[in-house]
Amino acid sequence: MTRVLVVDYGVGNLLSVCRAFEACGAAVELTGSPERIAAAERVVVPGVGAFGDCMNELQRRKLVQPILDYVATGNPVLGICVGMQMLMQVGEEFGEHTGLGIAAGRVRAIPGTASDGRPHKIPHIGWNALLKPSPDTVWDGTILDGIAPGTTCYFVHSFTCVPSDDKLRLADCDYNGQRISAALRVGNVFGTQFHPEKSGEVGLRILRNFLALTQAGSKLTLNPAIAAG
Amino acid sequence: MANVRLIARLDIKAPNLIKGVHLEGLRKLGDPQQHARAYYADGADEIIYMDIVASLYNRNSLSDIVRRTAEQVFIPITVGGGIRSLEDVEKALRSGADKVAINTGVVMRPELIGEVATRFGSQCMVLSIEAKRGGSGKWEAYTDNGREHTGLEVVAWAKRAVDLGVGEILLTSVDQEGTRKGFDIELTRAVSDAVRVPVIASGGMGAFNHLVEVVRDGHADAVAMADVLHYKRMTLPDIRESARQAEIAVRTL
Repeated sequence: MTRVLVVDYGVGNLLSVCRAFEACGAAVELTGSPERIAAAERVVVPGVGAFGDCMNELQRRKLVQPILDYVATGNPVLGICVGMQMLMQVGEEFGEHTGLGIAAGRVRAIPGTASDGRPHKIPHIGWNALLKPSPDTVWDGTILDGIAPGTTCYFVHSFTCVPSDDKLRLADCDYNGQRISAALRVGNVFGTQFHPEKSGEVGLRILRNFLALTQAGSKLTLNPAIAAG
Repeated sequence: MANVRLIARLDIKAPNLIKGVHLEGLRKLGDPQQHARAYYADGADEIIYMDIVASLYNRNSLSDIVRRTAEQVFIPITVGGGIRSLEDVEKALRSGADKVAINTGVVMRPELIGEVATRFGSQCMVLSIEAKRGGSGKWEAYTDNGREHTGLEVVAWAKRAVDLGVGEILLTSVDQEGTRKGFDIELTRAVSDAVRVPVIASGGMGAFNHLVEVVRDGHADAVAMADVLHYKRMTLPDIRESARQAEIAVRTL
């Protein structure tokens, strides 16, 4: 059975993430223990609420270094929502906060107006289509393996990642003309701004893709049998 | 334009799914989980569970229903009814809810909005408003299924609540609820245009054009449906397809 460790640092609805992975057939360990993280097959960093609060909790529970050490092993890591945002260097929610710094760039407020200048609703809540940021973007062998561009997932957020290097963008979405970073990839580390655990059967497929990733040499390979479920 | 969310609203008097008219005169309609699962399979964008007797008895008995639903339904679940404190919110989230909808609790103590938003994020804090039309084009917010006056004017209350940290508004028209005669378009528009957070229109869906009206003219960001789904008057795939034909953006499945 595929194992996944979900980092518990006292925020948010962690049950949903755990249950969704269980529905994908994984053995889920929910823990805030640095030692357990070091021993994990793959690690998920969820996150709900404000960037600064989440980072403070990771620091208070002495989880920042264990997560960074784990990232360095090359094993698969997935950050969800604020868990993805914390991969960046700096978050701008309620003042500037230092992030994990795995991806160069910042987390900025979604502009309060659509691209035509009219005000639009913030938070961005709802189902939005995943798009390839560039024609060269490859989803095969990633958490988006087998997902067709235009597939919708569930978002709820007011801030968005702006990586310094566009190549880190795995998927974008369009919110009334504003570019939203939907998914990122930095080597073995993935992030989704959307909630795969709340994105129906498509979301479960994305979680199974993550479960199907294993480290081989310095690269990740995807086991199609696990991804297919 | 952002995709309009099609939300299945399930009013609960534990252990049953129920449905009334103007939030009163309740009929039992069966097992809520079974309905929630079916709506999930049919492509509902979200589920709302409202414990509609909780406020009367000062309790919340939805936990078990939510817990079992969240094991099989992988879309956002909002839970409302009887939530009065941070502990109640935490309990709902621990059962598997993603958001809580609060009416009485924040009318009595508006500071609860900020407390919930700070602790769990504003995305979690849904303001539930039960609105009744008064004289002179205004609406008053009610509690306890439209029974108790609050003295709060709906638009002003919505704006104030958003300033306090609400991330979304579930706006139920008590006048229209259960009538199948269409949403209160003016109400929805007045609130939606006054706040920067998304507004879910609830109460009155009976025909497909009601959805078109409340989105196009009422500026609703999401539409909650109960009666039409529970009595199988319409199906979610049909509603979604009709929306698409009317050029209302909805997600593709």
